[in-house]
Amino acid sequence: MTDILDLSLAAARRALADRSLSAVELVGAYAKRVEATRGLNAFITETLDHAVEAAKTADQELASGDAKPLTGVPIGIKDLFCTKGVQTTAGSAILKGFIPPYESTVTERLAAAGAISLGKLNLDEFAMGSSNITSHYGPVKSPWTRAGDDRPLVPGGSSGGSAAAVAARAVLAATGTDTGGSIRQPAAFTGIAGIKPTYGRCSRWGIVAFASSLDQAGAMARDVQDCAILLQAMAGHDPKDSTSAPLPVPDWSAALTGDIRGLKVGVPKEYRVDGTNPEILALWDQGLAWARDAGAEIVEVSLPHTQYALATYYIVAPAEASSNLARYDGVRFGQRVPGKTLDEMYENTRGAGFGAEVRRRILIGTYTLSAGYYDAYYLKAQKVRALIARDFREAFQQVDVLLTPTAPTAAFALGEKMDDPIAMYLNDVFTVPASLAGLPAMSIPAGLSSDQLPLGLHLIGRPFDEATVLRCAHVLERAAGFTARPQGY
Amino acid sequence: MTQLIEGRTGSWEVVIGLEVHAQVISNAKLFSGAPTAFGAEPNEQVSLVDAAMPGMLPVINRVCVEQAVKTGLGLEAEINLVSVFDRKNYFYADLPAGYQISQYQQPIVGKGRLLIDLPDGSQREIGITRLHLEQDAGKSMHDQHPVLSYIDLNRAGIALMEIVSEPDLRSSEEAAAYLKKLRSILRYLGTCDGNMEEGSMRCDANVSVRRPGDPFGTRCEIKNVNSIRYVAQAIDYEARRQIEVIETGGTIDQETRLFDAGRGITRTMRSKEHAHDYRYFPDPDLLPLVLDPAMVARIKAEMPELPDQRRQRYVQEFGLSAYDAGVLVGEKETAVYYETVARGRDPKVAANWVTTDLFGLLNKTGRTIADPPITAEQLGGLLDLIADGTISGKIAKDVFLILAEEGGDARSIVEARGLKQVTDTGAIDAAIDAVLAANADKVAEYRSGKDKLFGFFVGQVMKATGGKANPAALNELLKTRLQG
Repeated sequence: MTDILDLSLAAARRALADRSLSAVELVGAYAKRVEATRGLNAFITETLDHAVEAAKTADQELASGDAKPLTGVPIGIKDLFCTKGVQTTAGSAILKGFIPPYESTVTERLAAAGAISLGKLNLDEFAMGSSNITSHYGPVKSPWTRAGDDRPLVPGGSSGGSAAAVAARAVLAATGTDTGGSIRQPAAFTGIAGIKPTYGRCSRWGIVAFASSLDQAGAMARDVQDCAILLQAMAGHDPKDSTSAPLPVPDWSAALTGDIRGLKVGVPKEYRVDGTNPEILALWDQGLAWARDAGAEIVEVSLPHTQYALATYYIVAPAEASSNLARYDGVRFGQRVPGKTLDEMYENTRGAGFGAEVRRRILIGTYTLSAGYYDAYYLKAQKVRALIARDFREAFQQVDVLLTPTAPTAAFALGEKMDDPIAMYLNDVFTVPASLAGLPAMSIPAGLSSDQLPLGLHLIGRPFDEATVLRCAHVLERAAGFTARPQGY
Repeated sequence: MTQLIEGRTGSWEVVIGLEVHAQVISNAKLFSGAPTAFGAEPNEQVSLVDAAMPGMLPVINRVCVEQAVKTGLGLEAEINLVSVFDRKNYFYADLPAGYQISQYQQPIVGKGRLLIDLPDGSQREIGITRLHLEQDAGKSMHDQHPVLSYIDLNRAGIALMEIVSEPDLRSSEEAAAYLKKLRSILRYLGTCDGNMEEGSMRCDANVSVRRPGDPFGTRCEIKNVNSIRYVAQAIDYEARRQIEVIETGGTIDQETRLFDAGRGITRTMRSKEHAHDYRYFPDPDLLPLVLDPAMVARIKAEMPELPDQRRQRYVQEFGLSAYDAGVLVGEKETAVYYETVARGRDPKVAANWVTTDLFGLLNKTGRTIADPPITAEQLGGLLDLIADGTISGKIAKDVFLILAEEGGDARSIVEARGLKQVTDTGAIDAAIDAVLAANADKVAEYRSGKDKLFGFFVGQVMKATGGKANPAALNELLKTRLQG
C-alpha cells in the first residue's frame, strides 16, 4: 500500500479493525514520514522508537479484539502537554530538559484510548504567538508555499507544529491548545480542520498554562470527522481541574448527520472589518451560500463589542501569563542560571530562559495588574469580556451557530510581520472573541487564495454545543470539497 | 476602661489590631491531597501541586472550607455564601508558584466579634474584621549550608485562616486576652490546635499610638511573634518606641518590624523600597467558592458549646464564681476534666480541688491538663471518700499526693495504708483516756480555765490515732470528757 498516508483517521481505524492494515505498518509509514519531513521542524522531540514498539502491542490488541477507539492510531502531541518521561519544553529554553514525572489528563486519555504518540510538536514559546517564530527550538515551516514563490511560510501559531505535521501527513492527527486562536488560525493557514471545544470541556491538568481562563485543548486533523473522533477521546470532566465541566460528552461522530436543514446560521455584521482581504470576504459569502443551499437559514446578528475583543484579550491573557510564568524561577525544575543572590538568580534565569515575546507579555501583564493600573486595565478588561460574552448569548437566542472567516489573511512568509507585534496580534481578530466567551469554535479548510494558499471558515457555537458546530462544519466541508495538497508534500 | 501610657509630654493611648494566622486542622492541604502532619522529614509531604510543577491545578479541600465556616460561626460572624480566591504575586524561594492563593476582596467570613475576658471578671467586645482562607508558604532554611539555602515545602499549601481584628485593643494585656480567647475558641471548635510554638498559630500585631480622642496614628506591623507573652512584650516595646519617636519630634513611618525575642525589641524588617505590589487578581484556576446554605446550617446545628456558654452554665448550674468558671473553661481539656470530676459530686468542691490542688500539682510537676499526673476519675474517687466520711479532707491531701506519685485508686490506697477515718467512739475514747492520763497536769490547767489547751489535746489524740480520728467525733468526745 503506497497510500497508507492518504487514509483519514476514520478510514485508518476501519482498516485496522478489519485487519487489512496493521498498526505496525501504519505507525511505520508515519515514522518514515516524520523523518522525511524533518525540514519542517515540526517536532521538538520524536518518540518514534517507542511508537514502533507500541504498534506491536496495538496489533496484539487488535488481533485479540481488545482494541480501543484509537488503538494503533499515530498522533502528535503539542509540546505544551506534560508527558511522563518525555521531555516537555513549551517551546521555551527555560524548560529545556524538563522531563515531567506525570502525564496530562488529555494525553493520558488519548493513551488509554490506544493512540500512539510519535512525539512532541513545536509551538510558539509558551503558546504565545501566531506564527511559530517565537519557539526557542526554531520556527516551524509550513508545508505550503505560494504559487511561484518558494519562500518558506509560517504555519500559524501557536499550534504551528501540530498544523504543519497534520498538513504534511507526518501524523494522522494532533493535539493543539487554543488561547486566542492557536488551533484555528494554524488550521486555516495549513488547510486542515481544527476545533477548540468549550472552555471546560477538556481538562487543563498537566497542560503548561499560558492564560488559565482562556486555555483549552482541542483537536487538529485532516477533516471534521477525524477532529470529532480525536476530541471524543480527549474530552470529559476531570476532578483535578476545578474549571472542567462536570458534563457528559455526547457522541460527536454521531452528530455528523450531514443535515443542517432549518439550522439558523448567524453572520455577525461587526466582523466585516475594514481592510479584510476581499478574497476572505468572498470565501465567507461562499460559505454562507453553501449553508443556505444545504437548507440553513442565514440571519444577520450583531456582536457590538467585537471591536474591543482584541484589546481585551491582550490585557487578560498577558496578566494571567505574568502570574502563571512566575513558577519558572530556576528553583525546582528547568533551567537555572546562577547568581550571587536569590534575586540575581531569578533575573539571570528568567532573562536567559524566556524569549522576547514571552518577556514582552510578562511585562505587559505585570503592568496591567500593578497597583494603580489594575482598575483601568485588568478590571475594565474583565467587564468588557463580560459584555462580549453577553453579545454572544443574545446572538444565540436568534441563531444556532455563527459563521465567520478564521483569519484576516492567508499564511504569511517567515520574516513578515516580525517587527510589528500589533500586526501579528491582528491575526486573532476573528478567533479571539469566542475565546473570551469560552465558546466552542472550529476552522475548516474552505478554499484557496489567488496564490494557492488555504483559507479557512470559522464556526462558533453555543457553550457545550460542539455537536452543532461539528455538524455544520461537516456539511460546509463537503460543500467546499477542499482537496488541495501542499506542493512537494 | 482606657489604659493610658504616660509619656514625657502627657498621656498616650495605644491602639492594637491583630492578624492571626491559624493553621486549619485537616488531613490534607488546602488545594492538594498532600498530608499535613507536623514533624515529617523535609519535602516528604509535597504533591506536584504544592511544588507548582508546570500544568498543575489547585482543587479546593472541602474540609478546610467547612472548618473556616465553623470558625466564622464561632466568632458570630457573617458567612459569605460566595467568596473568591485571589492570587497574591511575589517571588520567594519558598513560594513555589510565585503566588500565594488567598482571598482578597471577597473573604469567606465577614464581620464578627469576640469577647475578651478581663482580670476583673468582666468582658469586652472586640470586632472581627474578616476571616479568609489562604495557603501557607514553604520554609527556607538558611542555617544548613554555608552559602546555600534549603527549602522545605512540607508546609507549602497547608490551609491557614487569617483572622483579622478591628483596631479595638487598647493594651498588651487586652491583646494577650484576645489571643487566649481566640485560641480557646479555635480549640473548642477543633479548627486549629492553637500551638504557637509549633507555628500552627502565628500573630502579626498592628500597633499605633495617639493622644486620647485623636484620630488613629500611623501604625507599624510587627511580624510573626511566636508566643502570647512575646506579643505582649513586642506591643509594650513598640508603643514605648513610637511615643519616644513622636515626643522627640519625629514621625512614625508605616513599616513592617520584626520582634527580636532575645533583646525584647522590635526592629525594621522591610524598608519602603522593597514594599511589595502583590498584583492581586482572581485566580483563574478556581471558580468562585459558592457555599450551600444547607451546609452552613448543618455546621451551625453541630456547633459545640463554646467557652462563654460553658462559663455561663458553670455559674448558673454549678453555682461557681465567674472567676472560677472562667479559669475552668479557658482550656477545653480543663473543662472536660472538671466536668468528669464534678459529675455526680459537689461541683464547688470539685472546682476547688481542680483549681487549687490539681493546678498546683501541674505547676509543680510541669505537666499539662492533657497529660495530668492524676486522672479525673482518680480525683473523683478521692472526693467520694471525703463525701462519705471515709477520710478527712486533710488525709485526702496526702492521698492526692500518693495518687500522683504512685497511681492506683484512692479507696485501695486508703485501705492498704489504714488511712480510714476512725469514727468508732470506743477507739477514740481509749485514745482520749490515754492522753488525759498522761497529761493530768494539763487537764487540771484546762479545767481551771486555760481553754486554749483544747487544741493541744486534739493534737495529741490525733497523733495517737495516726491522724485517722474523725475530727468532729473527736472534738465532741474530748469536750465532754474534759468537762468531766
